[in-house]
Amino acid sequence: MSDTDSTDPAIAPVRRHIRWHVLVFLAPAFLVYTAVMILPLIETLRLSLFNMVEGQLSFVGFNNFRVLFTDPRLSADFWNALSNNVIFFIIHMLVQNPIGIALAAMLSVPSLRFAGFYRSAIFVPTLLSFVIVGFIWKLILSPIWGIAPSLMDWVGLKWAFSPWLGKPESALITVSLISVWQYVGIPMMLIYAALLNIPDEVLEAAECDGITGWSQFWKIKLPLILPSIGIISVLTFVGNFNAFDLIYTVQGALGGPNGSTDILGTLLYRTFFGFQNQLGDRSMGATIAAVMFLIILAGVSLYLFVIQRRMRRYQF
Amino acid sequence: MSKARSAPLRSALIHLALLSYTLLALFPVFLTLVNSLKSRNAIFREPMALPTPSTFSLIGYQTVLQQGDFVGYFQNSLIVTVASIALVLLFGAMAAFALSEYRFRGNTLMGLYLALGIMIPIRLGTVAILQGMVSAGLVNTLTSLVLVYTAQGLPLAIFILSEFMRTVSDDLKNAGRIDGLSEYSIFFRLVLPLVRPAMATVAVFTMIPIWNDLWFPLILAPGESTKTVTLGAQMFIGQYVTNWNAVLAALSLAILPVMVLYVIFSRQLIRGITSGAVK
Repeated sequence: MSDTDSTDPAIAPVRRHIRWHVLVFLAPAFLVYTAVMILPLIETLRLSLFNMVEGQLSFVGFNNFRVLFTDPRLSADFWNALSNNVIFFIIHMLVQNPIGIALAAMLSVPSLRFAGFYRSAIFVPTLLSFVIVGFIWKLILSPIWGIAPSLMDWVGLKWAFSPWLGKPESALITVSLISVWQYVGIPMMLIYAALLNIPDEVLEAAECDGITGWSQFWKIKLPLILPSIGIISVLTFVGNFNAFDLIYTVQGALGGPNGSTDILGTLLYRTFFGFQNQLGDRSMGATIAAVMFLIILAGVSLYLFVIQRRMRRYQF
Repeated sequence: MSKARSAPLRSALIHLALLSYTLLALFPVFLTLVNSLKSRNAIFREPMALPTPSTFSLIGYQTVLQQGDFVGYFQNSLIVTVASIALVLLFGAMAAFALSEYRFRGNTLMGLYLALGIMIPIRLGTVAILQGMVSAGLVNTLTSLVLVYTAQGLPLAIFILSEFMRTVSDDLKNAGRIDGLSEYSIFFRLVLPLVRPAMATVAVFTMIPIWNDLWFPLILAPGESTKTVTLGAQMFIGQYVTNWNAVLAALSLAILPVMVLYVIFSRQLIRGITSGAVK
């Protein structure tokens, strides 16, 4: 049963017979994806509109959201987690992505020796799990072991050391930088691939016009890799507002000290499963997940409909 | 040319910058591996030193292997990761082929629907996923993890693979059709071998988050017999916080398989990225 005549669908009229192979090719992916991902997402969003009223799960409209935003007990935690999460994201944007771009720009210098080695080595932390990364840094920054203080002593900065992870004012920044250290490989790789994608003719033309080195990077390459920078920004956004593992490993489910590193992921975990003397609450868990969903959806839509549309894509 | 004169200086600076960052990236890993092989006193007295015959000790590894079932954890992680990657690649390639090869009503819509999951993390559906797994009786089974990770990996796999499949020449496929190959043989025998580099890239991209995930093992399969390495190491370290030898050894054991896989796959990963770049 061949389909040789389907090669010119512009002429072919609406087909009557079902092409079973199309269905067979699509069905497995569609079914697994729908059943395990889309339906649970919808169900979670639906659950956020329900809560226990007199022992019965009943529709409460947006009451859960009202409680989450204004209830004195819960809302303090929520707004704290949200603002920590925003700071977490800002630090990533300001530190991780510029470093990633700089590394990629250096790696893509033509005929650079050992480029393959650097690239592979810098990507190593990205492959490790948060659990490993979290504990390693916890040990290094621990005043008991003294790796960090003695390293800083070498460069005469011992006075500047303090147990950063244990202090509420520095814990969030420290955890964010650990996460940056781990994830810098992703923007690096994506930008590196984008830089390799720039055809030599464009760069040669620039050189003929006397644009080399720094100004070549700023005037020619950077505008050409802007779409990739947009992609890494939105990936960072989604990853950050969905983060959990690193905070859980380094600072525990409470996002200590004193809630200073609590983000939406840890709040969701505590609310849904309960922690210590707090009971698990499925409806409020679903509500927090729904808020996270809306935040991520807003960020992604902003990217897709505003930023990406304005960006010019160059086809070579 | 002025460029030629400044080139040695410039490349020296670039090497300096890249080398310092490489050290920063590798130092913590190196520190962990080295200290896991030392006695407790040596860990504290000279954390930077390489193990010498007098400070060499495997006590940490002994504790880990006696107290935690790390072999079992490895097995679980391996089963979950390999099964998920296999399903993601097979189902993903099939769907990508359908989307890129055939014109049918709803093609674009289906593509968008399947692409949703690239941006929306599956984690947000956890509340209902757990509910579903409980009612399906799959809690504390590796199957539940494989299902979740397959769904998680499919969107990106379909997206990348369909981009690649568009580049496979139509003439080749049509030649196959004229020779009487069925659509299935065209997919399995002509197209799949041609997109192997892309499959390798997808495999690596899929593998890393699955192997490293803590969230779903913690929620769906926290039982002793289904713990993955990531969860096992997390719990073990939580229990033995003050036993530094054991903690460092557990970390090293969790790092090693990732490094081995990376050494095997990094060439394919980079080939995948660069072949995407030169296409």
